[in-house]
Amino acid sequence: MSIHVRDVSKAFGSFRALDRVSLEIADGALVALLGPSGSGKTTLLRVIAGLEQPDSGTITEDGTDVTDRHARARGVGFVFQHYALFRHMSVFENVAFGLRIRRVARAEVTRRVDELLRLVRLEGLGGRRPAQLSGGQRQRVALARALAIRPRILLLDEPFGALDAKVRVELRQWLRRLHDEIGMTSVFVTHDQEEAFELADEVVVMNQGRIEQRGAPDEVFDRPATPFVMDFLGTVNLFHGRIENGRAFWHGIPIPVAGSAGVAGPRAARVYLRPHELDIHRSGSATDGASLSAEVLRIAPGGAVTRVACRPAGADEPVQVDLPSDRARDLGLRPGETVRITPRTARVFPVDHDYVI
Amino acid sequence: MSRPASPITATTRSGNVALVAAAWGIVGVLVVVPLASVFLEAFSGGFGAWWATLAHDADTRHAIWLSLTVAPVAVAFNTVFGIAAAWLVARFRFPGRSLLVALFDLPFSVSPVVAGLALVLIFGRQGLLGPTLAALGWKVIFSWPGLVLATTFVTLPLVVREVLPVMESIGPEEEMAAVSLGANGWQVFTRVTLPNIRWALLHGVVLANARALGEFGAVSVVSGHIAGVTDTMPLRVEKLFQEYRQPASMAVASVLAGLALVTLVAKYVIERRVEAEARERQAARAADGTAAEGAGQR
Repeated sequence: MSIHVRDVSKAFGSFRALDRVSLEIADGALVALLGPSGSGKTTLLRVIAGLEQPDSGTITEDGTDVTDRHARARGVGFVFQHYALFRHMSVFENVAFGLRIRRVARAEVTRRVDELLRLVRLEGLGGRRPAQLSGGQRQRVALARALAIRPRILLLDEPFGALDAKVRVELRQWLRRLHDEIGMTSVFVTHDQEEAFELADEVVVMNQGRIEQRGAPDEVFDRPATPFVMDFLGTVNLFHGRIENGRAFWHGIPIPVAGSAGVAGPRAARVYLRPHELDIHRSGSATDGASLSAEVLRIAPGGAVTRVACRPAGADEPVQVDLPSDRARDLGLRPGETVRITPRTARVFPVDHDYVI
Repeated sequence: MSRPASPITATTRSGNVALVAAAWGIVGVLVVVPLASVFLEAFSGGFGAWWATLAHDADTRHAIWLSLTVAPVAVAFNTVFGIAAAWLVARFRFPGRSLLVALFDLPFSVSPVVAGLALVLIFGRQGLLGPTLAALGWKVIFSWPGLVLATTFVTLPLVVREVLPVMESIGPEEEMAAVSLGANGWQVFTRVTLPNIRWALLHGVVLANARALGEFGAVSVVSGHIAGVTDTMPLRVEKLFQEYRQPASMAVASVLAGLALVTLVAKYVIERRVEAEARERQAARAADGTAAEGAGQR
């Protein structure tokens, strides 16, 4: 079922949670609403579910205006951040709730609930109370309960927020498969970009009640539309520099600029360098013309990536460089030694493009 | 056996024994002995005499019947009010909310006699609403509606005060989940809200009932002490005592005290359930917290 949010605003007192937000979600899509806390993502999710009334704007589902339709009549599956399982009911009764409300025949309820418990791999735990389950199990009960009413839209609020790292990754992949099998439209809220990128077909980045950018994960990551998106998606090195003839100048060396059109310059600009788009060489190699001398401060080994903190000569702020671990091993870097760093590509935003995080 | 819990409370064994003995001594002298003597006095002529004193006096019979009517009506009102008020305060933010919560407690801090007088000032013949009520032919003061009002007033905080913290700690998410699954308001209340607050509610009801049965001050002002009409059990006890009819007075008192003991047992049983559920909530939240922490450290 497609969802169309048009010009929706919502304020809580003087706080503007949503500021004229418009968003189209295609039938069968899996969309992530990504943003920091207070960005309005949960409010948008609740407005889509009918749990909050927008102050203005409309919500349509498959072309039908549902703005004034009560949440209980929307038939939308909603998974709450802390699951909100009915604590006094067994797992079975939790999953059966929506069916009992719909007066589904008893035998049919049993059949459907058993089927759902099998789907979420909780068969045999129907008699337990929510308090007797682990976090991951509770999450799956919440999912089964939401799926029981056969929603054509599934909304999930920080679905993996309260789980530990290992369970979270497992559940993520499982949810992706489930979405593809059932073929509904799913929207989930997260503040974790890794989660958004891994799970979603489309990522909607929100900030201060507005949508900053939307697009496929690689599109949003490679071509951030605003400084906010650039900043929010992972670590960045930010400098104040200049742009001239489509190139950014940083401590006097030119860096090719990716994407950002309309920044011919010459003018002052914010220069963003992603850590993995910087390279480290030994002094004396051929690329010295486009590289800076820097001192190695710290080396933090990781799995695929080794993070190196360097300070360019004459700069106050250190620069973060992510090297493939193989390359870091070949270089054999040590703290305190002097190397040359080469930025491969930069993203720039003119200085007057102001924003607040 | 008492165990020292910390160096500050640690004393010698003999010191502990002395403290425990003192506690028992005080409770014994102030509570157990007087209460036991009421029963001893009431049953001094045997069960038959006790029963006869209660059953053969029409005014006493009426007093017992009146108390057992007024108290449930007041408690029923407070149950409805308590749930509605707790829900309002726990689920909504509105101007004057804190003041409203503070006002819930007012009946506890005002002397019951003052409460009774206030009701007379409003509903009495010379009172604010007196002429209106007289014109309608309704009698509030010196009649059972006044008794219900006075009893409701003094027991007002009991249900809402028990239900409110539980409702607040449970939060609105389960109710929202029920709505998103298609439940209407009544279904949300009966299937989700009520089961979640049932033990706290029952606790409040038991406390309110005990207070309602025993209320003297406020009821005394509005009742007018008309034997066989507006005398409740506590008023009857006092009146019989003033009339030097000690055995009769003690017999009614023993009924009141017996009801109090039943309440005590009920309260004890319910409190254990309330505490067990609070522990469950806490454990669930702690489990959530550690999981979230683990995720944060990733």
